[in-house]
Amino acid sequence: MNPVSVQPRKARLVVVGNGMAGIRAVEELLKMAPDLYEITIFGDEPHPNYNRILLTPVLAGEMALEETILNPLDWYAEHGITLHTGSRVAMIDRVKRRVVTEDGRVAPYDRLLLATGAAAAIAPIPGNDLPGVVSYRDMADVAALIRDSGLGGEAVVIGGGLLGLEVAHGLRARGMGVTVVHRRAWPLDKQLDARGGALLQRAMEARGVRFLLGKESAAVLGDTRVRGLRFTDGGEIPTDVLVMTIGIKPRIELAQAAGLQCETGILVNDTLQTYDPRIYAVGECVQHRGQTYGLVAPLFEQAKVAANHLAEYGRMRYQGSVTSTKLKVTGIELFSAGDFMGGDHCEEVTLLDGGQGVYKKVILRENRVVGGLLYGDTGIGPWLFQLMRDGTDVSAFRDTLVFGETHLGDSGHAGESQAARLADGAEICGCNGVSKGSIVKAIREQGLFTLEEVRKCTKASASCGSCTGLVEQLLASTLGGFYDSTPKKKALCGCTDLSHQEVRDAILEEKLLSVRQAFAYLDWRHPGGCATCRPAVNYYIRTAWPAEGVDDAQSRFINERAHANIQRDGTYSVVPRIYGGVTSPAELKRIAEVAERHHVPMVKFTGGQRLDLLGVKKEDLPRIWAELDMPSGHAYGKALRTVKSCVGTEFCRFGVQDSTRLAIELERGLERMWAPHKVKLAASGCPRNCAESTIKDFGVIGVDSGWELYVGGNGGMKVRAADLLCKVKTHEEVLEVAKAFLQMYREDAQYLERTAPWVERVGLDSIKAVVVNDLESRRQLAARMDFALSQEKDPWAEAISGRLDIHAAPLRRIPA
Amino acid sequence: MEWLALGSIEEIPALGGRYVETPQGQIALLRNEKDEIFAVRNRCPHRGGPLSEGFVSGHTVFCPLHNWQIDLEKGEAMAPDHGCVKTFPVRIEDQQVWLGLEEEAP
Ligand code: SRM
Ligand SMILES: Cc1cc2nc3c(=O)[nH]c(=O)nc-3n(C[C@H](O)[C@H](O)[C@H](O)COP(=O)(O)OP(=O)(O)OC[C@H]3O[C@@H](n4cnc5c(N)ncnc54)[C@H](O)[C@@H]3O)c2cc1C
Ligand code: SF4
Ligand code: FES
Repeated sequence: MNPVSVQPRKARLVVVGNGMAGIRAVEELLKMAPDLYEITIFGDEPHPNYNRILLTPVLAGEMALEETILNPLDWYAEHGITLHTGSRVAMIDRVKRRVVTEDGRVAPYDRLLLATGAAAAIAPIPGNDLPGVVSYRDMADVAALIRDSGLGGEAVVIGGGLLGLEVAHGLRARGMGVTVVHRRAWPLDKQLDARGGALLQRAMEARGVRFLLGKESAAVLGDTRVRGLRFTDGGEIPTDVLVMTIGIKPRIELAQAAGLQCETGILVNDTLQTYDPRIYAVGECVQHRGQTYGLVAPLFEQAKVAANHLAEYGRMRYQGSVTSTKLKVTGIELFSAGDFMGGDHCEEVTLLDGGQGVYKKVILRENRVVGGLLYGDTGIGPWLFQLMRDGTDVSAFRDTLVFGETHLGDSGHAGESQAARLADGAEICGCNGVSKGSIVKAIREQGLFTLEEVRKCTKASASCGSCTGLVEQLLASTLGGFYDSTPKKKALCGCTDLSHQEVRDAILEEKLLSVRQAFAYLDWRHPGGCATCRPAVNYYIRTAWPAEGVDDAQSRFINERAHANIQRDGTYSVVPRIYGGVTSPAELKRIAEVAERHHVPMVKFTGGQRLDLLGVKKEDLPRIWAELDMPSGHAYGKALRTVKSCVGTEFCRFGVQDSTRLAIELERGLERMWAPHKVKLAASGCPRNCAESTIKDFGVIGVDSGWELYVGGNGGMKVRAADLLCKVKTHEEVLEVAKAFLQMYREDAQYLERTAPWVERVGLDSIKAVVVNDLESRRQLAARMDFALSQEKDPWAEAISGRLDIHAAPLRRIPA
Repeated sequence: MEWLALGSIEEIPALGGRYVETPQGQIALLRNEKDEIFAVRNRCPHRGGPLSEGFVSGHTVFCPLHNWQIDLEKGEAMAPDHGCVKTFPVRIEDQQVWLGLEEEAP
């Protein structure tokens, strides 16, 4: 007998909506049950599925449209999916179980998946349909905006939420003048408190975006095309383009017309089924347990659960999501989750560094994180979010909470990347819910080497991209030396787009000899610079051109300008140089007399073995310096501070080397050295290490056969034990290596980067290569250091002799 | 209003400042890149830092103690900080700086 092979008809799945949630559900389904369904997809946009999130980088010109395509047409073909683009489903016939499109196509289904997304809400004001009024939702909108912005002119954005700020950023990047109109007192009020909002506003304003806050729109002005906007207070603003980003509206018309229960969205249960069990729904169009979502992370979770049921596994349930948000405006880092305002029964932990533009706030309720916002530095976002979702009791480490996990009970160590220290379960990519463990596993087992490969394979950082940094860290820590990341560029400050390195290169190549010249030549946004760039650029000029470069006092921090350390009450402290910490009775007497004569409020031994005269008025500084007749101890500078010493062979019964003499030689040899940050040295006479050489920028320990030289130690906010650089025999060698190492640091480190992070960044081996192994380059570095030092004079002596004006006295005294 | 001669503009370092002692306390004089001069009380609204020692750029002075930024035209701390500092009128004639002081209320 010839058996007739009866091919059982495959079940038919129809998907309405060719967008992010719908296609994610299909992808998940294909993973679990590749052959179960014959799949037909309808999308009313003319494109295959693309990454909607990336529309902002496209608008801003940072990315091409094609790069946003997630599933090219080939993908549909490969999986035997019938795709109808540019085709809108007009009706669901639940009785006959089929959908009908506007252009008359009919498709029967056994299961239907609704993923119709949402549409931009339009303000119900007169004129809202005029040409030139645009929403910000899809590729067509972006294409229209790119076209309109080509003419330049003015744009007004109504709504200062995430989308509003992103579109403002994008239009600004395209050269338009942009004003954001927002009804609340600060932008992004759903994600930020007043203080964070103000920081953000300032950062956006620095990029040229203007704000009109507390304004309610009343009417769009114009006859044939938009020409302005009127507010309820009667005010008006002219504009060529008007973008409305006031919110989104789930697209429920189709479901509603088919008799499915809807409120704000299409109602679904925990298996993502609508009231008709054959019809599933996922994405922005659904309402689950009273909640609708407008971010991809929860939608992808829904997609997974819906796919699980469509694949007839029937195991997973969707229980709702906790979400966090980020803003995708290049150069502005922002993270916000949960209850970030706080209030009754809540406690706040905050950190604010206005200078660096960093603001962190964590809200606790009964010692558990219930929300938080991070501005400027969002590195701890994933960890914080994890604590929040896990409901972890944080009482044990709440005082270091804002510094992140790296600070947990280990003020003792620095150095490792943040991602390396996260637990395996920690979520790295919030959009796609990918944990650290699964990324590391994929890198190892599938031999991934690049960011692109990790994205493809795990989806981590493939959506909004804001976890890219963490993923790169994981690549680096998992692959070790194999990972080659082209370092991303970070602007020196808000006055320029150039990085520290680019500014440095320009100073060398173009021989820029003063801060003003550099600012002018490099097109600084503010001709006067700011508190961040002025000291940095001045330092770079002085290092590049020690002889010719102008040292601009007004580009030095107050301490370095006054050559004394300013105190909280505006007085100063005076620390004379006492080489190696070794003084004499005569010197002590003189110091005592000066202190007494001037009624110095406090005389104190410092942690660096020197004497500090505290509480001196600026006017008295020159006289005190003159009477002390000692060189400046530079205790106020990003400069050589002290060389600490111990007793050594001279007196100590254990000493094997003369550490006191070496300390004095080092301090004399490096005196007046300016550096990216302060530099501290120490010399100990034996491995008992009483001078604490192993937490110094450059430390020396005497051993029987000579000296061990250590570098990159730090005893401050983050303790780091120094690394052994090499062993040498003579004092001369110690001095030469010290000079070479410090000159390399001076020429390479970023301003305000101490040796500890710098050594970690460039790696000990690269330092050894030039400072230890290559005698010629060591000699040259030391010679450059000597040359630079020879250009520096003792500032106190200069001030006493009248060659340096520290403006000690007031400009005038006006009598009553 | 009494106008007091303070001296030549050159005595105030560009992008920086000096202060004068007056019967009304210290007043900071700050000079920007366009040689505009601003006068404000020499006390930062944060914790009293001497603004005459700050970095000046455009209409802003950065306080030397904790880097608050003060708008010199309005005398107000810039967001995210709050606070204000009294401003005084300044005139420049032939490179000479004049400071306007109100008669002090008795
Ligand atoms: C005077 C002194 C405290 C004392 O009375 O002993 C002191 C005083 C100050 N330290 Fe210090 N440090 C003093 C020893 C230290 C030490 C110990 C040491 O040098 O042996 C450390 C840790 C060692 C290290 O640097 O690795 C130390 C780590 C810091 C740090 C953190 C640096 C870090 O890299 O983490 C700061 C903040 C900074 O520099 O940004 C700091 C900043 C300061 C400043 C300058 C804060 C400021 O900017 O106004 C303090 C000035 C107080 C004032 O009103 O005059 N001070 N400071 C010590 C002077 C040492 C000297 O003789 O030169
Ligand atoms: C500019 C922008 C930036 C964003 N940035 C982020 C971000 O950084 N992070 C984040 O998490 N989220 C972000 N989002 C939100 C995110 O893009 C959406 O949450 C997500 O795209 C929603 O997926 P969805 O599948 O539900 O809807 P969509 O992606 O909109 O897909 C729905 C599709 O269905 C089609 N459709 C609707 N009705 C029919 C019909 N009757 N017949 C045929 N087709 C139909 C629509 O045209 C659309 O193509 C951003 C959104 C925008 C617009
Ligand atoms: S530890 Fe240093 S910075 Fe802190 S209060 Fe003491 S002297 Fe000042
Ligand atoms: S006193 Fe001015 S910023 Fe603190």
